[in-house]
Amino acid sequence: MQIFNIVIAGVGGQGVLMASKVLAEGALASGMDVKQNEVHGMAQRGGSVISFVRIGDQVNSPVVMPGSADLLISFEPLEALRYIHFLKPEGRLVYNKISINPSTVAAGLAIYPQDVEEQIAAACTEAHGIDALSIARQAGNGKAVNMVMVGTVMKYLPLKEEIITEVVKQISKGKGVDVNMRALAGGAAA
Amino acid sequence: MKKIISGNEAIALGFRDFGGVFASGYPGTPSTETLEEVARLGDVYCEWAPNEKVALESAIGGSIAGGRSLSTMKHVGVNVAADALLTLTYTGVNAGLILMVSDDPGMHSSQNEQDSRNYAKFAKVPMLDPADSQEAYEMVRAGFEISEQFDTPLMLRTSTRISHAKGLVIPQEKIAPQIGEWVKDVPKYVMLPNFGKIKHVEVEERLLKLQEYAETTPLNRIEMRDSDLGIITSGVSYQHVREAYPNASVLKLGMSHPLPENKIRDFAGSVKRLVVVEEMDAIFEEQIRAMGIKVDIGKNKLPLCGEINADILRVALDGTKAETASPVEGLPQRPPVFCPSCAHRGLFTILSKLKTFVSGDIGCYTLGALPPMNAMHSVIDMGASISAAHGMAKVNAIAGRDEKPVAVIGDSTFFHSGMTGLMSMAYNGGNALVIIMDNRTTGMTGGQENPGTGETLQGVPARQVEMVPLVKALGIDNVAELNTYDLKETEAAIKKGLEAPGPYVLIDKNPCILRYKIRKPAMSVEDEKCTGCRACLKVACMALGLTASGEKQKVRVDPNVCNGCGVCKQMCKFDAMHEIEGDNNANL
Repeated sequence: MQIFNIVIAGVGGQGVLMASKVLAEGALASGMDVKQNEVHGMAQRGGSVISFVRIGDQVNSPVVMPGSADLLISFEPLEALRYIHFLKPEGRLVYNKISINPSTVAAGLAIYPQDVEEQIAAACTEAHGIDALSIARQAGNGKAVNMVMVGTVMKYLPLKEEIITEVVKQISKGKGVDVNMRALAGGAAA
Repeated sequence: MKKIISGNEAIALGFRDFGGVFASGYPGTPSTETLEEVARLGDVYCEWAPNEKVALESAIGGSIAGGRSLSTMKHVGVNVAADALLTLTYTGVNAGLILMVSDDPGMHSSQNEQDSRNYAKFAKVPMLDPADSQEAYEMVRAGFEISEQFDTPLMLRTSTRISHAKGLVIPQEKIAPQIGEWVKDVPKYVMLPNFGKIKHVEVEERLLKLQEYAETTPLNRIEMRDSDLGIITSGVSYQHVREAYPNASVLKLGMSHPLPENKIRDFAGSVKRLVVVEEMDAIFEEQIRAMGIKVDIGKNKLPLCGEINADILRVALDGTKAETASPVEGLPQRPPVFCPSCAHRGLFTILSKLKTFVSGDIGCYTLGALPPMNAMHSVIDMGASISAAHGMAKVNAIAGRDEKPVAVIGDSTFFHSGMTGLMSMAYNGGNALVIIMDNRTTGMTGGQENPGTGETLQGVPARQVEMVPLVKALGIDNVAELNTYDLKETEAAIKKGLEAPGPYVLIDKNPCILRYKIRKPAMSVEDEKCTGCRACLKVACMALGLTASGEKQKVRVDPNVCNGCGVCKQMCKFDAMHEIEGDNNANL
């Protein structure tokens, strides 16, 4: 198969890396080649985070180039807009509509654009926003936003939903299994 | 069984699987996860050293005592360990010794962009350069074998996109660790001048033998495809080359030092256009040109700074680039920032207010340099906060300037190389205020253990170094504690430290909220009382923000982000901020 390029964006602390891990492990369990790569370091919370997952028969570079992503998953609206140019013209965006202020906005040095959703809609015809935080809280834990997002994008991946579900089961610890299963299901229905 | 793991995890697995006995390193992005993974695997001994020099020297000892040893660090860590490395190359090894170094092209999390391949040339040691996780894994085995066969330390070099990129790895059969004899050999291990002179000759001879080895090892391989374009490359650049030019012929250098001259000559002769693709310095290109070989494209078209990728290659080689949408302009930046409720926030709120010169250091607190704090004015390398402040104070005194510098440093950085600077300040009659943010972890790299945390890398309880007696032992009489969550107290303490003559040390002992998972009830704002004066926003906390519109914008606290430290509340003159009763329900 042709390489399927995924970009996952969000804010440090939202669980972008765990979501990336689920997709990469899902590709491995499906017998495909996969590379996953993110840049982390510096402070732990609040910075912009971007991660790449590339799935195919043979994957060389771990980096997704702008204009080549099949799917952009963003855990925050402003971050969706920041990385929307990574999408192919026909690429799809799934994003969490709950915003988090950048420090620059929090300090009064910049303004959070009021028309982020309109800009997203104008830039991408296949954009779908969900309230992942409410779904995660309904599932039992606000921190399960990442699993809600995975649940929503499952149907767009070149991977079977059962395989993703199984991977999430395996990497969840203790009570987290039930929360994550509910989060995946809630995301899938959103 | 096939796994998907990062380059760092692959090196850890290789160390475990290929007879590793002893590992010592210092945390540094992007190398840190290597030893964390050795610890997680659990079968082999590993430890954090207080700095890279100690780490490498300990690994040298491990090798001399007969155990295959590994030392891990980031690129700038090798500067600290270089004193050991440059003589270790003379002594050679007993059991295999690998120095793993992780470069950071693009400076994702580093203060410079140095190319560690220079150190392999400088130290005249072999270097391996993996291009994915599988190679990173296998090169640990090859590295130990080369190290032992040629009696040399070996550098295993990664870059961020190798260390942190996950790819498939098929593990191989394990080799049980075999610990060799611990032999006394004075001419080999005692580098007095007379022995060193003999050893230097051996090092030069060894390099020639390694060159021969480089000609035949499968680590360096020629992939002949279309002969119109031939590319010499290594590491992650190989992957970008394969991505952008799948039909090009490639000489892939798995061993990036020393180079296989004949192989390069043969390859160059078999292709029409020769391109050298390497991130950062022109290490290959300069050597290839020195062989008298014509390089059509190298650093004349490719960048010396930052990372290379498939698009950069296409532009350099063909001048073409696919038409794609541009990034949306004018969006607010989202730089890294102190975590909500981090103890550093109160400190920099006050330092920013006092407008004093702050000599900074390497750690989360370096973020105090960013707006709106703007409260750090020099950051050079690990430990420099204190020594540089000392020099500033001396010159200020000579110039007759009545200003005392402030140095800010964290616990791990203080243990790393701040202690010596402080001792010098005490000894040489210095005059600076040193603030040690002792949050009991190595924070910026993700919360590693250190000599102050009371535990080792492998979770063994350890003696905790106590900061106050340590500072006093270094020669400092004026030592006081600080609580940066109390702004008034913090301001008073800093002012007192600045007014008192001579060295003065303040120690904040509030723990890292992230490492120790501290949760406090979130804050909220009373709309009627908030005047929109924005005084609270000066604390630069991402939990704060202004209401969208209205005549007078008021402050809002995002309960999904706030962790209730109350520093913003102390900035409010109108009593508009209150704690929300009940559990913290933040999701960040």
